[in-house]
Amino acid sequence: MTTILTYAFKNLHTTSKWALRFSVRPLSCSSQLRAAPAVQTKTKKTLTKPNIRNIVVVDGVRTPFLLSGTSYKDLMPHDLARAALTGLLHRTSVPKEVTDYIIFGTVIQEVKTSNVAREAALGAGFSDKTPAHTVTMACISANQAMTTGVGLIASGQCDVVVAGGVELMSDVPIRHSRKMRKLMLDLNKAKSVGQRLSLISKFRLNFLAPELPAVAEFSTSETMGHSADRLAAAFAVSRLEQDEYALRSHSLAKKAQDEGLLSDVVPFKVPGKDTVTKDNGIRPSSLEQMAKLKPAFIRPYGTVTAANSSFLTDGASAMLIMAEEKALAMGYKPKAYLRDFIYVSQDPKDQLLLGPTYATPKVLEKAGLTMNDIDAFEFHEAFSGQILANFKAMDSDWFAQNYMGRKTKVGLPPLEKFNNWGGSLSLGHPFGATGCRLVMAAANRLRKEGGQYGLVAACAAGGQGHAMIVEAYPK
Amino acid sequence: MVACRAIGILGRFSAFRILRSRGYICRNFTESSALLTRTHINYGVKGDVAIIRINSPNSKVNTLSKELHSEFVEVMNEIWASDQIRSAVLISSKPGCFIAGADINMLAACKTPQEVTQISQEAQRTLEKLEKSTKPVVAAISGSCLGGGLELAVSCQYRIAIKDRKTVLGTPEVLLGILPGAGGTQRLPKMVGVPAAFDMMLTGRNIRADRAKKMGLVDQLVEPLGPGLKPPEERTIEYLEEVAITFAKGLADKKISPKRDKGLVEKLTAYAMTIPFVRQQVYKKVEEKVRKQTKGLYPAPLKIIDVVKTGIEQGSDAGYLSESQKFGELAMTKESKALMGLYHGQVLCKKNKFGAPQKDVKHLAILGAGLMGAGIAQVSVDKGLKTILKDATLTGLGRGQQQVFKGLNDKVKKKALTSFERDSIFSNLTGQLDYQGFEKADMVIEAVFEDLSLKHRVLKEVEAVIPDHCVFASNTSALPISEIAAVSKRPEKVIGMHYFSPVDKMQLLEIITTEKTSKDTSASAVAVGLKQGKVIIVVKDGPGFYTTRCLAPMMSEVIRILQEGVDPKKLDSLTTSFGFPVGAATLVDEVGVDVAKHVAEDLGKAFGERFGGGNPELLTQMVSKGFLGRKSGKGFYIYQEGVKSKNLNSDMDNILASLKIPPKSEVSSDEDIQFRLVTRFVNEAVMCLQEGILATPAEGDIGAVFGLGFPPCLGGPFRFVDLYGAQKLVDRLKKYEAAYGKQFTPCQLLADHANSPNKKFYQ
Repeated sequence: MTTILTYAFKNLHTTSKWALRFSVRPLSCSSQLRAAPAVQTKTKKTLTKPNIRNIVVVDGVRTPFLLSGTSYKDLMPHDLARAALTGLLHRTSVPKEVTDYIIFGTVIQEVKTSNVAREAALGAGFSDKTPAHTVTMACISANQAMTTGVGLIASGQCDVVVAGGVELMSDVPIRHSRKMRKLMLDLNKAKSVGQRLSLISKFRLNFLAPELPAVAEFSTSETMGHSADRLAAAFAVSRLEQDEYALRSHSLAKKAQDEGLLSDVVPFKVPGKDTVTKDNGIRPSSLEQMAKLKPAFIRPYGTVTAANSSFLTDGASAMLIMAEEKALAMGYKPKAYLRDFIYVSQDPKDQLLLGPTYATPKVLEKAGLTMNDIDAFEFHEAFSGQILANFKAMDSDWFAQNYMGRKTKVGLPPLEKFNNWGGSLSLGHPFGATGCRLVMAAANRLRKEGGQYGLVAACAAGGQGHAMIVEAYPK
Repeated sequence: MVACRAIGILGRFSAFRILRSRGYICRNFTESSALLTRTHINYGVKGDVAIIRINSPNSKVNTLSKELHSEFVEVMNEIWASDQIRSAVLISSKPGCFIAGADINMLAACKTPQEVTQISQEAQRTLEKLEKSTKPVVAAISGSCLGGGLELAVSCQYRIAIKDRKTVLGTPEVLLGILPGAGGTQRLPKMVGVPAAFDMMLTGRNIRADRAKKMGLVDQLVEPLGPGLKPPEERTIEYLEEVAITFAKGLADKKISPKRDKGLVEKLTAYAMTIPFVRQQVYKKVEEKVRKQTKGLYPAPLKIIDVVKTGIEQGSDAGYLSESQKFGELAMTKESKALMGLYHGQVLCKKNKFGAPQKDVKHLAILGAGLMGAGIAQVSVDKGLKTILKDATLTGLGRGQQQVFKGLNDKVKKKALTSFERDSIFSNLTGQLDYQGFEKADMVIEAVFEDLSLKHRVLKEVEAVIPDHCVFASNTSALPISEIAAVSKRPEKVIGMHYFSPVDKMQLLEIITTEKTSKDTSASAVAVGLKQGKVIIVVKDGPGFYTTRCLAPMMSEVIRILQEGVDPKKLDSLTTSFGFPVGAATLVDEVGVDVAKHVAEDLGKAFGERFGGGNPELLTQMVSKGFLGRKSGKGFYIYQEGVKSKNLNSDMDNILASLKIPPKSEVSSDEDIQFRLVTRFVNEAVMCLQEGILATPAEGDIGAVFGLGFPPCLGGPFRFVDLYGAQKLVDRLKKYEAAYGKQFTPCQLLADHANSPNKKFYQ
């Protein structure tokens, strides 16, 4: 424990230097782009509502997202979360004691740190007087963390909230079987040697078979990849389309990485290893190479492969959210407003990953915007097939009429505004942390590209979904 | 191993599940124009793959009829002749049905075994050609693929099936008293191994797609799709076709091998079966088991074994020949006529002759959480009915809730449900002790103790809280519904729904209408019963209705036979060897001695001497000693938890000795004892028809077989009269009448049938 702490302290120095370099970048770039802003008349000038507090994102950071089993493999989730928190502290220089509350999202919980938000906050040097809790909502856990923070601020309970998320897929809790657990618990309670011996005599070798966590729905026992493959088939999305989309994601991510656009990434000195500075899952390939892969879930004829799915990822993200007046009083120049948001849910069997289709029109209606008002779309890419199925669903009158209770289709988001800096397919998808990445990507893109409204949407296990409007903070 | 797999042929009849052929087979009268346009089968070509679509006109299901057969031959010939086509996909255009089996009417229309044999041989030839096709044919199976449909599919080079609940494969021929007559007996053993093939053909069970894949019956599975740009079912079939096309192409290009990798166990079994000695042992074991189960009453299973054996031992030519000949012979047997009759009856009893009710029942309330009440709840909640289970005490309620849960949980153990589905189904059940929520009930079924005053009290209480449209149904086995309805404010809404125990296993529901019951009330009750998956007969009100009334005289005779000194074990073996699934003495124990006593007293009062025979004192004494049958652990037999073999209850000896009467030797041969039981049953059944309690003989047969275990091989009391001969039956009755008197007097309708040999219940 102490060794980890000392490492962490050493890290503070290195990270701060990196953080500085990165944080300077966006400012220098933005001036170039301001020359050619996309002038467009918006349905609404702003989403500011009378008598409701404006909530702003001061800034947000994330650790590099790594393929699980690589540099982060010896860490624990709270280590990663702590790295994101310390990164945020450096980036924003927010005084620790100002923070009213900390919320983190996570999906697969490390049992030792079930409230990972609290463990990470303590280690990151936040005041021990700042409460913290952990939320879980599958792939939209970080979104839930953010919107919980939004709720706390909007209702006047807090002014400053740190929201984030973490996932460490390199290590997952593998349990003893129920029978073995029961035996061990009973042994604990046994009083006499005789009782113990009689319990031990009940032991069978099959008790040792472990229970593995699976990325499968509890209600349907279907793995998500399998469901995605069926979804793609239901919408007649071809293998080629999926590979092309995945290639696009990787190419755009590569470009964004090379151009230094992924400014939310903060370097992380991994104890005992080199400093990690960038995401390592971006690997643009060729369609020919991708075509060679065998289907990963529905064998031998399915269309979802390792190359067109998001991969198991380790990573953490964190973001500083404040009431606008508080941020201004503290002298911050916020990046964006967090506006209307919505959660939706539908059939976890056949519509598991259609959350964005359902959430998008609802959040737009709620905000009083149209698809045309959105300058930056940031959708969570669980699978190419899932994104393309959502596209087809949004583009279908039949689907809108029969399943969404709408008269007409939702409409397609224009591809040139869609996930322009890569997405979960290429950058990676640490379940609990992706939400903050999406919001920061939308906010940073709006600043960089000069738009006003961003739309973030994601699907999640359990057949749930989320969407939120991000509005650029006026410069 | 093999033997235990072949278990339960007889047991299957109680769960006689023929899912297919809801509708009747529509004949195609346009034979002359068949050359121009085909009506059953058509095909299109996509690239170099022919898509053959099966779609029998004007029917919900596809059946292998003569027309379909000849069109299939035509289509295949064109495909084989075409240079453009390299492979083919065989698929049905009907949702939920690939091919449900051969056209039963086609077989029924045949007059001689030779005609049937000829049909079989034609099919054999076609399928053999298909099997040897050089252009690969892929069967794309969605929905039921049974009997001849399965035989067609296994003749193709490759099979792909949808993995859903509707898609089942099987050879149910044995349940109709015939055998798979289109090469199935020859191909299946090669495809899935001899033991598994025997299991399929001897039990007729339906095999779900995932299991079929494990067995090697299908090569690939396709998961059903959810909503997309089209309705899910439509897109799923389209997807199945797309997948099948890729496999057809792969097979034609030799990129995919139709051969399957066999598991170690399979390889070992296959190896073992190459040893003649092992084979002989397997045949012997299976045959023994079948003989034990069928008591030699069903010829089909033995013939199936024989045909399979011939094919393996003497080569396929001999096998095919034997198959077609035995098929012809079996189709002409009484047993097969009886079983096919039951099949038709069952189709009939799965329809609501009262039409759709004005209001769908969505909220159901059940009073009494006993065995029956909880059983009714169990078959309701899993069909999505919101069900209230009300009992008077918390312990009673808890027991009932546990029964429902256990029923669902057993399905989870058998993997028919997931634990999640179980939980969400179970949440349809509300257990309570008061009448809360009854104001929303669309139907109340009471299953309280069989006591008229209690039922009256309950009816009044319920009527105070239910809405106007709510139907009040009484689950009683003997109390006349009109007497129950006498205290009702709205007798038109009162009806009888007589379930059989155990409710989740017994398929029959007897619905009893009084003079005052409205048509819409009847429609509601039938609709609920159908939803619960029941086979339904609708009868008029009267003491004992139909089923209990037929059973009572037979039970009275059971008591007399026991009093005459016949051992309960002997009696059981006599009744089971006649074809009853449960022995007569065991049946009393299962029903409950107190219930039997109750019924005997009630009906004895109502019908007087005709229901006499045995001394009811026997039952009274048993009840007073606490010998209530299985539920109390003692009856004629002793029941112990975990002990399978039943021992006679020696404490019964005193009771039996005290009531002993001397047997009459002229009517006490084994056969006479059997017929004394059966003739009283049949005579009473015919009387029910005569008195208008029953509307049709078909309902009488279904009620007797599915509710009371009347031997299925006899097809029910009315079919039995037709096949056995009314005259012969009347002769027997008269013989027994001479010995015992009025109880055996043939009723008028039976006498009429005996007098004019042309009169039949089934024309």
